[in-house]
Amino acid sequence: MKAFTYERAGSAADAAAKVASTPNAKFIAGGTNLLDLMKIEVETPQHLVEVNGLGFDKIEATPEGGLRIGALVRNTNLASDARVRRDYGVLSRAIVAGASGQLRNKATTAGNLLQRTRCPYFYDTNQPCNKRQAGSGCAAIGGYSRQLAIIGTSDACIATYPGDMAVAMRVLDAQVETIDARGQARVIPIADFHRLPGTTPRIETALAPGELITAVTLPKPIGGQHFYEKVRDRASYAFALVSVAAVIQKDGSGRVALGGVAHKPWRVEAAEAQMPAGSRAVAAQLLAGARPTRDNAFKVPLAERTLAAVMNEARAA
Amino acid sequence: MKFDTPAGTNPIDRMKVVGKPLDRIDGPAKTTGMAPYAYEHHREAPNAAYGYIVGAAIAKGRISSMNVADAKAAPGVLAVVTASEAGKLGKGKYNTAKLLGGPEIDHYHQAIAVVVAETFEQARAAAGLVRVSYARATGRFDLEEALKTAPLASGSQDTPPKPDRVGDFEQAFAAAPVKLDARYTTPDHSHAMMEPFASIAAWEGDRLNVWTSNQMIDWGRTDLATTLGMPKEKIRFMSPYVGGGFGGKLFLRTDAVMAALGAKAAGRPVKVAMSRPFLMNNTTHRPATRQRIRIGANRDGKITAIAHESGSGDLPNGRPETAVTQTRLLYAGANRLTSLRLAVLDLPEGNSMRAPGEAPGMMALEVAMDEMAETLGLDPVEFRIRNDTQVDPAKPERRFSQRNLVRCLREGADRFGWTRRNAQPAQVSDGRWLVGMGVAAAFRNHVSLPSGARVRLGQDGIVTVETDMTDIGTGSYTIIAQTAAEMMGLPIERVVVKLGDSSFPVSSGSGGQFGAGSSTSGVYAACVKLRDAVAQRLGYSSADAVFDGGKVRSGNRSTDLAEAARAGELVVEDTMEWGDLDKTYQQSTFGAHFVEVGVDRFTGMIRIRRMLAVAEAGRILNPKSARSQMIGAMTMGVGGALMEELAVDKRFGFFVNHDLAGYEVPVHADIPHQEVIFLEEVDPTVSPMKAKGIGELGLCGVGAAVANAVYNATGVRVRDYPVTLDKHLDRLPAVA
Ligand SMILES: Cc1cc2nc3c(=O)[nH]c(=O)nc-3n(C[C@H](O)[C@H](O)[C@H](O)COP(=O)(O)OP(=O)(O)OC[C@H]3O[C@@H](n4cnc5c(N)ncnc54)[C@H](O)[C@@H]3O)c2cc1C
Ligand code: SF4
Repeated sequence: MKAFTYERAGSAADAAAKVASTPNAKFIAGGTNLLDLMKIEVETPQHLVEVNGLGFDKIEATPEGGLRIGALVRNTNLASDARVRRDYGVLSRAIVAGASGQLRNKATTAGNLLQRTRCPYFYDTNQPCNKRQAGSGCAAIGGYSRQLAIIGTSDACIATYPGDMAVAMRVLDAQVETIDARGQARVIPIADFHRLPGTTPRIETALAPGELITAVTLPKPIGGQHFYEKVRDRASYAFALVSVAAVIQKDGSGRVALGGVAHKPWRVEAAEAQMPAGSRAVAAQLLAGARPTRDNAFKVPLAERTLAAVMNEARAA
Repeated sequence: MKFDTPAGTNPIDRMKVVGKPLDRIDGPAKTTGMAPYAYEHHREAPNAAYGYIVGAAIAKGRISSMNVADAKAAPGVLAVVTASEAGKLGKGKYNTAKLLGGPEIDHYHQAIAVVVAETFEQARAAAGLVRVSYARATGRFDLEEALKTAPLASGSQDTPPKPDRVGDFEQAFAAAPVKLDARYTTPDHSHAMMEPFASIAAWEGDRLNVWTSNQMIDWGRTDLATTLGMPKEKIRFMSPYVGGGFGGKLFLRTDAVMAALGAKAAGRPVKVAMSRPFLMNNTTHRPATRQRIRIGANRDGKITAIAHESGSGDLPNGRPETAVTQTRLLYAGANRLTSLRLAVLDLPEGNSMRAPGEAPGMMALEVAMDEMAETLGLDPVEFRIRNDTQVDPAKPERRFSQRNLVRCLREGADRFGWTRRNAQPAQVSDGRWLVGMGVAAAFRNHVSLPSGARVRLGQDGIVTVETDMTDIGTGSYTIIAQTAAEMMGLPIERVVVKLGDSSFPVSSGSGGQFGAGSSTSGVYAACVKLRDAVAQRLGYSSADAVFDGGKVRSGNRSTDLAEAARAGELVVEDTMEWGDLDKTYQQSTFGAHFVEVGVDRFTGMIRIRRMLAVAEAGRILNPKSARSQMIGAMTMGVGGALMEELAVDKRFGFFVNHDLAGYEVPVHADIPHQEVIFLEEVDPTVSPMKAKGIGELGLCGVGAAVANAVYNATGVRVRDYPVTLDKHLDRLPAVA
């Protein structure tokens, strides 16, 4: 870990301004991802701006009948909120399927959205990695890639976005609210928030330098049955090989997003029209153009079968 | 004392303290944080500076240049030691690769420097400033490829490398009406103990004190002396508490060497702990195996021919994984063949991990037995029973000292509800889950090593035991206290146990499941001497003195034990040596594992539903700590069966998933229910304690029982561990 300086921000705009104006500065929230990466020098910020204590720790009803989740609401509190459990079950389930109780007590909504990939080569600074060091190459291509992406990959990077919460937010059509260094607020639809790696895998989201997340809003509840099905080798405390977030209505229509398969939560709205035709038809369209490696080719049938499990359960209920 | 005839009745047989499920005597100190682990000896080594190890960034080649100027100039840095500064270092007997590399690099993350600074953070930050350029060389990283030309190997130094043969395997196998010829693979495993490798070193002139985390005090001390080129008498090597080792800490590792070199350079005590991402490639691992098993049997299920061949890899001058040992002894059969091959690999050093040899060997053999039973149309429990042997199949005049494998299997089957298993796979379901049951035998040889102890009777009547034996979380403190208490007729509260210090007599140490039996036997020997000394002091004849209830009785005379020390503390020392009863008898431990699993018919995800083990290991010294050993080993077996694998990058030559996020071991949610039954027995041929090891038996076979249960659930046989969903998903029934 490199030595760094640290300060607390006085307001959201202040935090954004501080990070934007200081070279190589970052926000720190729960620190559960950032500090781990700093210890092994994958992240080497020279300055940290702490955003805890800015008041973004509430979950409020919106005039539209939805919820506005403060950026600093802890994962535990979000998952256990009565409104979330009642109206947005997929979100609650996705969060508790992730990490551990201790981590979820510390992890924040914004930090969770911004957690970085778990590609093992990204974690080892001796190995080439375009995401860590632009132009150094990608050790995962041709290497050990069982966990990595099968769709939306590029020749520069095949990493996944590893998180669970954002996959649920994707099916819920959440929106990310931000503020920038000039105090300018904007709203980014979750669909546009995470990016595919392309030729610049270093750039993972639509955020501009210094742009601070202040909240995530959920539109008003859409009803239906909520599912978060996470597949992994061990029963807990592991990232998803594949996960399925789904909201399925009585008539068989619904929404589906996949985790563990791409550089972002993976949803193809057009594929959802196939829901009445069954999981195979949905998966075929959802994963059309998949380019898995030898190690992770199993994720294609696995995603389809996991979707089948969810749709089966929805039918049975 | 030399143990060369089977034990008769002795004070241990009273079983007033021994054999009781007592709580660990070190439990309160551990749960309150008062038991100092290697990194925590602040009192003994105040003002320690911090060392941080720099590891090689390549697997094979040379350091072409190294610049430590920036690191040396960094805030708080006291010293940077590299191979060129350290001067000539030796290599320990138990080390294959050098513990300080450079300029030649032997494996990824081999230590190449230690940076010493005032704080841990400063040392770590400065370590990142050491600039190294390398000239990479081509390495051998592909086991499959390397085994194509690998020579035969031998499991021990003194036998020449050749296949071990009984009868004529080839002919008998060709003639057998029912046959199996199958290949199995097991991957590299990491010990993944909780406490990382850590040491504090402090010099006093030319004497060196080392607090470390090590299973074998005398091996570690000797190898440290060899490495540093100094007399071992000048080193005090201490490891009173160890947060898990699993064989990884049998040997001296670089944390102790770097602490010693760092402390010398900095002129003050230095502490060094390895980070998890570093230690997985820096230290040892269980080597991967490629195994082939052939079994031929008559239609009645009697094995006529059995062959087990295994290949593994290691650095030059390394050792093979002896995965075929159990196959020489576990089942009957007149014609037998076992052999080992060892390939040269430039991956990190392979070495012992809990039940070396048997753990991966049983993972293959006991699946082969399952496959063979199915081919024969026999129940797998029955098939094993039909091939039980009470003698060493290679030397029928040599009997097993105790062998109740059949009872373990029968009692286990009974208790587990084995009759409810459907012999036809993929028939049983519970909602989304396909349910299966599996069985495997458990087998691990018993080994004894010489073990010494010193015992003191103080004026306060307290008996103190001192031995360099270690407690690696196993319960050594407690069973040693139980032994001394039983021998001296005291309650356990009147015994103090001091372990893990090279100033105490050399013990067996902890490993190979020899620790409990050997170390308590050493304490037994010393206590026999102490009883003699007490009797003599009291003027009793030691032959008829009875030690009981804190008193010594002889005829109608009775005295407090403490009385014997009134004129001064009594101190005696002895070492248990072993005769050749292990040649006369084959001494082994046995058991049976039963496992029920569920496999998600949609996703192929595998989850354990329940586990049962029945074990026989002679006298159980403490049923509570013995049970802990069993359930811990069963949990480890689930890891090996379902998730553990160090993934090899064959291009760059290292284990890629080198942290505990990437290398998965079971968590609580993976282990819903475990039951353990011990057969009540004693084995007088092994020691006066009549007890054998239990620490590794629980791991041997359990992985195969899991794999067999998965097969029973799905009808898809996976022969490559770990059995993960991707390996059977495409063969599971379709879903829609
Ligand atoms: C062992 C382990 C297991 C885990 N398992 C899972 C799992 O199974 N599933 C899962 O989904 N996650 C898992 N996680 C990840 C965990 O969810 C994240 O670490 C956590 O959500 C990050 O939140 P944080 O507040 O601690 O973020 P931090 O570490 O504080 O920050 C993360 C990033 O977000 C930035 N940031 C923080 N707040 C803001 C803001 N308001 N605006 C803009 N940028 C901001 C920081 O600069 C940093 O780059 C695991 C983590 C660990 C350590
Ligand atoms: S997949 Fe992406 S994160 Fe992984 S090594 Fe390649 S570039 Fe780096």
